[in-house]
Amino acid sequence: MRCTKALLLGLVAGLLAVPSVVQAQGRADTLIVVTEVGPNMLDIHAPGANRPSYQSSWNIYDRLLTFGSKTLKDGSKMYDYASLKPELAESWQVAPDGMSVTFKLRKDAKFHDGSSVTAHDVKWSFDRAVTVGGFPTFQMKAGSLEKPEQFEVVDDYTFRVKFVRKDKLSMPDLGVPVAVIINSKLAKQHATAQDPWAVEWVKQNDAGGGAYRIESWRPGQETVYARFEDWKSGPLPKIRRIIVREIPSAGTRRAMLEKGDADISFDLPPKDFSEIAKEDKLKVTGIPIENSHRYLGMNVVKPPFNNLKVRQAVASVLPYEKIFSTAFFGRGILLSTPVASNTFGYDPKLYPYKMGDVAKAKQLMAEAGYANGFETPLYLDAGRATTDEPTAVLIQEALGQIGIKTTIEKVPAANWRANQGKKEMPLFVDQFGGWLNYPEYFFFWNYHGQNATFNVSSYVNPEMDKWIDSARFETDQKKYADDVREMQKVAMRDVPRLPFVQLYLDVAMQKNIVGYQYWFHIQLDFRQLAKS
Amino acid sequence: MTAAALRHARYVVTENPITLVAFSMLLILLLLALLGPALAPYDPLKSDTASTLKPPSARHWFGTDQLGRDMLSRVVVATRLDMAIAFSAVALSFAAGSLAGACAGVFGGWTERIVARISDTIMAFPLFVLAMGIVAALGNSVFNVILATAIINLPFYARMARAEANVRREAGFVEAARLSGNGTMRVLAVHIYPNCLPPMMVQASLNLGWAMLNAAGLAFIGLGVRPPTPEWGILVAEGASFILSGEWWIALFPGLALMLAVFCFNLMGDGLRDLIDPRRRT
Amino acid sequence: MRASFLRLLSRRLAAAAPGLAGVVVVTFCLMRALPGDPAAYFAGNAATKEAIEQVRVKLGLDKSLPEQFAVYVRDLARGDLGQSVTTGQPVRAEMLARLPASLELTLSALLLAVAVAVPAGVLAATRPGSWVDQAVRVLTTAGVSLPTFFTGILLVYVFYYLLGWSPSPTGRLDSLFPTPPRVTSFYLLDALIARDFETFRACLRQLALPAVTMALFVMAPLARMTRASMLGVLGSDFIRTARASGLSRRTVLWTYGFRNAMLPVVTTLGMIFSFMLGANVLVEKVFAWPGIGSFALESLLASDYAPVQGFILIMATLYVLLNLTIDILYGLIDPRVRIEA
Repeated sequence: MRCTKALLLGLVAGLLAVPSVVQAQGRADTLIVVTEVGPNMLDIHAPGANRPSYQSSWNIYDRLLTFGSKTLKDGSKMYDYASLKPELAESWQVAPDGMSVTFKLRKDAKFHDGSSVTAHDVKWSFDRAVTVGGFPTFQMKAGSLEKPEQFEVVDDYTFRVKFVRKDKLSMPDLGVPVAVIINSKLAKQHATAQDPWAVEWVKQNDAGGGAYRIESWRPGQETVYARFEDWKSGPLPKIRRIIVREIPSAGTRRAMLEKGDADISFDLPPKDFSEIAKEDKLKVTGIPIENSHRYLGMNVVKPPFNNLKVRQAVASVLPYEKIFSTAFFGRGILLSTPVASNTFGYDPKLYPYKMGDVAKAKQLMAEAGYANGFETPLYLDAGRATTDEPTAVLIQEALGQIGIKTTIEKVPAANWRANQGKKEMPLFVDQFGGWLNYPEYFFFWNYHGQNATFNVSSYVNPEMDKWIDSARFETDQKKYADDVREMQKVAMRDVPRLPFVQLYLDVAMQKNIVGYQYWFHIQLDFRQLAKS
Repeated sequence: MTAAALRHARYVVTENPITLVAFSMLLILLLLALLGPALAPYDPLKSDTASTLKPPSARHWFGTDQLGRDMLSRVVVATRLDMAIAFSAVALSFAAGSLAGACAGVFGGWTERIVARISDTIMAFPLFVLAMGIVAALGNSVFNVILATAIINLPFYARMARAEANVRREAGFVEAARLSGNGTMRVLAVHIYPNCLPPMMVQASLNLGWAMLNAAGLAFIGLGVRPPTPEWGILVAEGASFILSGEWWIALFPGLALMLAVFCFNLMGDGLRDLIDPRRRT
Repeated sequence: MRASFLRLLSRRLAAAAPGLAGVVVVTFCLMRALPGDPAAYFAGNAATKEAIEQVRVKLGLDKSLPEQFAVYVRDLARGDLGQSVTTGQPVRAEMLARLPASLELTLSALLLAVAVAVPAGVLAATRPGSWVDQAVRVLTTAGVSLPTFFTGILLVYVFYYLLGWSPSPTGRLDSLFPTPPRVTSFYLLDALIARDFETFRACLRQLALPAVTMALFVMAPLARMTRASMLGVLGSDFIRTARASGLSRRTVLWTYGFRNAMLPVVTTLGMIFSFMLGANVLVEKVFAWPGIGSFALESLLASDYAPVQGFILIMATLYVLLNLTIDILYGLIDPRVRIEA
């Protein structure tokens, strides 16, 4: 009996130890991406579409136009938001009065099912985007694209967009992931009376005409993309097949990269990137995410943080350096003012406080009437716990010095949106990033009295609104710069929030991967990647 | 305890060296739990951003974590919380379950049916998921972890107590007690219930290990204990993300501590079983 | 015999029904008590209050709790387990897709545990009190003391990262291999049926570490039960007679002792299997195994109640059916056992 057991064990060990030959063959023309979460639906217009679905959308759908590239000093490439380039549209002409733009679409573009792409598809898709509600409609509105009446089919290959006002964000807004061109003939076959936009079908199926098509999609496990050989809206991508695997454990993703079982990932904790960057096995690029920051927010309408002196006391003890080096491992820019380092108007000198001034903080607390401190919960999004939990612990310690006792509350990622909406959190760690790299765009969603969801502090100040509204439509460059400066001065005087870091978008890849480019949507553009 | 009982105890403990070892380890753990914070060389909550992620050394025997906190201090202080959770949960479970089961066994009828239905309902659940659901629904606190662990362990005690009470209901000494005029409640409380307890104590000590693993499992997925409170499960969860990058000490020491404690309880349970009822030695 | 069998069956099912009903009610209450607002999540980023309310009405969450419960029960009766908010798929489809993964893992782990624990238990029973006996006891107790999430992580570190023997812990099958054509949905069996030995080996390699992690945890009760049962049987009269009649040690041990000792072990197996199905959430998480356990865990943490409800219900039903089957099998195998109503 013992012999058979030993035999069995030996057999099993033998089976396991021999590596397989088949694996080696598939790797050369396939790119393996590892990520924590993949797309939960294939339709970016569907409610509840998660961030990874922007990546699938970007690659399997075309848009009218896209952005050019620029190269930074260290050789890394990023998109150039000032340079618009043709994609589905071959060319366009803005009207002399500036109130409309006419696009000439390319005539040889096809959808994945072989049918031609026409202006009717564009109109249907744009009508859908502004009608379906939720995030897509909100994003279209950010560029003053609000009503179906603005979209006109001139003929099969000519499409016109009429503007309701002159908005410098209108044209770039046509290049964002939401402005996709959907195969309307195919989608309409699956529309119903309750679901006129065929959201239920497009959620699960590929109705696109982009450079890649969905070969297979297993939600929660992996998505496989195959190159669409008839793609005409740009140079044909080099990589034939892309496999995006969902691996929940960050450690496993890193191990896979280091062992060569995966090619590229942008989904690792900052610590791993800082270590990988120091070793020499993989390439790491880190580009600060434009128009974004992570911050400590305070509710300015409820006590105790409605008291300006309390907020300024918090500003004086916030451990910026410790957070930056210990929680974020230096993978970013230490940002103490609201405008990001690669966004117009960045000025670190606008920070008016002295960092780490405990004495001043205590004095402010006493003046506010809280000499003995108080207790408060400190909320964070559990989905970002890897960086935000150590941040919260460090903040907890620092605030303890001036008598503020915090209890840390981790909110599950799926509930964070609801928490933001309720605006009841007195103290919280959160972040925001805008797709369109304009400071007033960021301020509009975070500081303006319109009190959007993202203004979690409920900060309403007509003085601030005046500067934001002025900056949004100001055409004079000097006045614009002044507006942006004043916005920040008010923000740093009233401190409804304390930004502390602008994160890198870190990407790690095998050394033979070339062509990676940073995009504002933070996702990978497969069309540009190649294996040398 | 009589001299004979003590002799029997000593015999069982020494005859089986493993039980002796387990017993001593348990004493050490209890000592750590009681004296924990006093024994810890550093403040388990204090960060030291100058010495983060340092491997074990003379200054920090168990190394430091991402915020520079001393792992030895954190592991030692966590002993108290983990032991407290395990003991409270099992005590609660034991008290409620055994009482309910004994009543069911003695009274029968509707009492028995209700207790049996509740037990069956709980047992039909995948237990860990039930605990997860309870803590998620009621909120992250140590009390809710204890409550959830107690609830999922109830059926074991209820079932055992009911069986034991059933057996003893017709026993001679109970008859005698009734005949001498004791009411049913008094018979239950003074005669039946105490006699049900010994076999269930064995179950209890085995349960301690399971309760501890439960609490640690819940902490691992983020339910229950809040940061920065040190608890073995949370420490393993924190360390898990560092293991594949080479900082093995953050997860290893709390994991070992957890394993040791549970191991201890399980061996103790075996030893207790031998002590209480030699016929049932397995 | 037939009539009494059917009567027994129906009596057992009737006895199990209240338990299942209790599960349905308790699960419903727990899920509704979860924090978070599925409507807000589902309405997506930047939804206004009105949009969230619209979604709330669409999901039926604006009705009172008893009404919602009635709707839930009615849907259950039709086999509709609701829709997952996070994946957007119907829960029943998700469960059916993921159940084979969990079953394959659990069954493999169980087989492995049996293959190790039963011989160990027999060994310990034949040498009671010896160091072998003590060693078996210590080792199996150590196995059950290990937190499964910790063991899993350690094994991944040692066997994948340090030694490179195991493939990356990324689920059932490396995507460079084709999924075997679906016959049983168990990749191992399907690969064998299709005679695709490369894939079979790849599946086995992926299965190794998670199965070992789970098996370690259940070896103790199995070994203990085997040992106790064997000891009991080996001490009985008929064994003594067999020995006295001069039968070989091997015949006594296996033909007479083992077969009779296995009955209580089989009962334990059933309980252990249903316990494992519920306890595999953590193992599935660590190894990215696409089973129902990891799905239920993610859903719970996202306050996505429908999959969790579905998971608990399926587990509870499996548990009841399994116990029923074992009771019946036991009664069929061993006529001495009278199953009480």
